[in-house]
Amino acid sequence: MSYEVRLDIFQGPLDLLLYLIKKNEIDIYNIPIALITQQYLETLEWMKSLNLDLAGEYLVLASTLLLIKSRMLLPDDSPEGAGEDETGEDPRQDLVRQLLEYQAFKEAALDLDGRPWLERDVFKRGSYPDLPPAGTEEETIAEVGIVELVDAFRRVISSLEKEELMQINSEKLSVTDRINEILERLREAGQVSFQELLEGGRDRRRIVYTFLAILELMKLRMIKAYQTGPFGPIRIFPAVEEEPDGA
Amino acid sequence: MEHDKALVEALLFAAETPISLDRLREILDMPKEAVQAAVLDLQREYQERRGGFTLEEVAGGFQFRTLPEYSASIRKMKGRGPSSLTPAALETLAVVAYRQPIVKADIDRVRGVDAGGTLKGLVEKKLVRIVGRKDVPGKPILYGTTRRFLEIFDLQDLAELPTLREFGELAE
Repeated sequence: MSYEVRLDIFQGPLDLLLYLIKKNEIDIYNIPIALITQQYLETLEWMKSLNLDLAGEYLVLASTLLLIKSRMLLPDDSPEGAGEDETGEDPRQDLVRQLLEYQAFKEAALDLDGRPWLERDVFKRGSYPDLPPAGTEEETIAEVGIVELVDAFRRVISSLEKEELMQINSEKLSVTDRINEILERLREAGQVSFQELLEGGRDRRRIVYTFLAILELMKLRMIKAYQTGPFGPIRIFPAVEEEPDGA
Repeated sequence: MEHDKALVEALLFAAETPISLDRLREILDMPKEAVQAAVLDLQREYQERRGGFTLEEVAGGFQFRTLPEYSASIRKMKGRGPSSLTPAALETLAVVAYRQPIVKADIDRVRGVDAGGTLKGLVEKKLVRIVGRKDVPGKPILYGTTRRFLEIFDLQDLAELPTLREFGELAE
């Protein structure tokens, strides 16, 4: 079984660049382009060696850096007339502006994170049902097999209106996306119901993809499904406790 | 007066979403000043009481909310881990919050990466919504934050967001 480990070290090329600037204690208005370009490319190599899926945007910024570097190396030998417009224009200016803008939003994001979130730090009355006290429930909870799942799947499909089935949906969907989404929701909430997974856009394709994702996850033994009785809601749990390191 | 205050308190207790002064006035058929005085009085009382919750002004209304220091025990009662957003989602949310209405291409440009995935997640979490289409070729979708965004992040309105750090003009 192959696990794809996603290490979100950097939020993108600008984030990486800001990190390098901070690490080297560089004045953002006067970036030594040669040094930063070299370190940037080295980091990309390192990320590649870790098998991280490098987004194309990282390479775009790499080429921008190389372009700026070459423009700064070139002597200003442009013809008198044309050169005049360019005087004083630092080739780094656009990049610096972009970096400062990104930095401002990065700070704004941290600021949002620091606020008292509803349902994380503060709670209103009755926002979520309380957990039933352990051991009081006499419900028999049975692990769900393929038959019950297919049954639930059929019921959802048949409950769709005909016109909903006709809907043309250009939304790009993939089973992988749904798998990641289900795993993320399980990480967040600890459990999720079959019904909840289908909420938000009850079109046929989405339901089919969700179903395939659940089947795939069960096959990989990454989730377990339980039901409290015939036709009861099916709840999905992670099969194993996640290790803190994700190792 | 004390009766009015108790009446307002009852409504605030029973309300499902933050309830505004206007709505209270409408339901109770009381002068706005009286409603406001009652709410502010209650707010002060709960503050002074130093209990487990206070009356908070949020998303244009008022709502009882627990104090942050008790979050761990409440989460235990609810059987939920702390819900949170990834750093990428928070960044996208911040850009939308400050720049709305904004098209996806502009979010991509600010963040330097494709924001499609995080944007979709935020729409599904009902923190961001489609507010219209920009009147340029292709009519791209314009995104903005929702009322739920204000509720979740304990904001009265968008003006309450702290000012974004200056980045516009480059210092010489």
